[in-house]
Amino acid sequence: MATKILVVAEFRGGKFKKGALECVAEAARRKDELGGGDVVALVIGGDDAKAAAGSLGKHGADRVLTACASWLDYYNGDAYGKAAVAAAKAESAEIVLVAATLDGKDLAPRMAAALDAGYCPDATALSVEGGKLSLTRPLYAGKVYATVALRTPVQIVSLRPNSVPVAASEGADVAASEFDFGFGEGDLKSKVTGVAAKSGDKADLTEAERIVSGGRGLKGPENFVLLEAFADEIGATVGASRAVVDAGWRPHGDQVGQTGKTVSPNLYFAIGISGAIQHLAGMSTSKCIVAVNKDADAPIFKVADYGIVGDLFEVVPRMTEEAKKLKS
Amino acid sequence: MRVFVCVKPVPDTAARIKVGGDGKTIDPSGVKFILGPYDARTVAKALELKGEDGEVVVVSAGMGGKGESAANKRIKDALALGADRGIFIADEAPENRDPLAVAKALATAIQNEGGHDLVLCGRQAMDDQALAVGPMLATLLDLPCVTDAVSLEVSDGKAVVQRAAEGRVETIEVTLPALITGQRDLADERYPKLKDILKAKKKSVATFDFAWPAPAYEVVSLAPPPDPVAGKIVGEGPDAVPELLKLLQDEAKALTF
Repeated sequence: MATKILVVAEFRGGKFKKGALECVAEAARRKDELGGGDVVALVIGGDDAKAAAGSLGKHGADRVLTACASWLDYYNGDAYGKAAVAAAKAESAEIVLVAATLDGKDLAPRMAAALDAGYCPDATALSVEGGKLSLTRPLYAGKVYATVALRTPVQIVSLRPNSVPVAASEGADVAASEFDFGFGEGDLKSKVTGVAAKSGDKADLTEAERIVSGGRGLKGPENFVLLEAFADEIGATVGASRAVVDAGWRPHGDQVGQTGKTVSPNLYFAIGISGAIQHLAGMSTSKCIVAVNKDADAPIFKVADYGIVGDLFEVVPRMTEEAKKLKS
Repeated sequence: MRVFVCVKPVPDTAARIKVGGDGKTIDPSGVKFILGPYDARTVAKALELKGEDGEVVVVSAGMGGKGESAANKRIKDALALGADRGIFIADEAPENRDPLAVAKALATAIQNEGGHDLVLCGRQAMDDQALAVGPMLATLLDLPCVTDAVSLEVSDGKAVVQRAAEGRVETIEVTLPALITGQRDLADERYPKLKDILKAKKKSVATFDFAWPAPAYEVVSLAPPPDPVAGKIVGEGPDAVPELLKLLQDEAKALTF
């Protein structure tokens, strides 16, 4: 039997999330090993999502379903969850892939409970052994890596953003078909009544490709402007260590580490962060780590790919200045 | 209001985690288990919301620690914060539990109580960080669910929740009963006094027996993370910056302009 793979592709702010394209590409790469079924992408959202749905064909989707309505413009876990479950049932999907973004990690467990499916959250690698999925998943924020197998007929995986490559967009668009998910706005017990932008168009930490994090070395909340200026030059999102979040310098949502967010960017700058074990646990899967610290013995240098020993108040402004030069 | 709060014992973040002799579970020796920071705040929020005739019931399954003793102690921690009573779901093999099994156990125990206005969970446990039990439990109990709440107000059978989403804050209205998972901003942390800890010892913790399902999820093996390879110190002070940016572009291929 050919295994049918359903990818719930997240569309936000006028485009598909990179994590969604990664999931579609990974499904296309693995489908033959899994028995050669179709890769079906499901797009839930408003009218702009519907218009863009067919482009998933370029990245490896064989078919695209849309569950779109203007009232689905914003993510509502109850609505998106019900629509995704209905599609998984209608398609008899055996494997469901979702990007492990904040919304993806809200959606996938709802599907798992409704479909009585085994769920592997936040996988960093996926392989196929003997026709079955084998998943790698960091536990204790990366202090241990687990190899996981799912034992249910329907299996759900959320894939950590930046873990697998996106396919070059060589394929063609496919025609998207409308999926009748069978409920309306009035059937829900929850409603999104307002959305306020928090940080402009910056990517969230969990899926950012570049992160500039600051720690106690910044000496005060007012000095984060230094990091923000550099982050702006290189298109990075600003993160923070637990110490500065606990001190109230930055909001909890900015915290990288075991008690905060686990991140996996291509490039991570740790500025004035000594490298406590719980912080390292949250960022050690970053592809390239740069540390700036005045203490040459700081543990952060043991995991950093590149380091500068020095006063961040001198080094970071220089980084901003040099980045500006390189851009122009 | 009757509020259920689900809690989980988690290793202290300073704990060094070692793979156990079986290669599938962690070695619990020397690991201190605590009530997670997210759970502690949901308990505080529940106490704020329960009202005069209300009740805060803490529920925990054995998962996460050395089974019974770890979970029971964390229930006592929550009772010391002011919760009224606890329900402990017995589990003889807590190390094998996946989130769905735990959600099923919690759903059964809560349904057995005959009524709930609100169910609260922390947004994540610090050990497996699955962020899964809350939304799963909501789905099993057929409750509307909002995750990552940074504020929660309840009135007239409705809850207004602010959710810290990616790059935005959403305001979501849900009808009660509902399930909410909390960020740490949800409430201030409370610190129990000695008399609260003593009082907690006298509060009731009922044991709930649950027929655990076969695992849907299996850890085939655990391994320590790859050893970090210390990189190079590019230099000292701001003069090292041009070289650093060059290496990031040419060697690491991690930066382009």
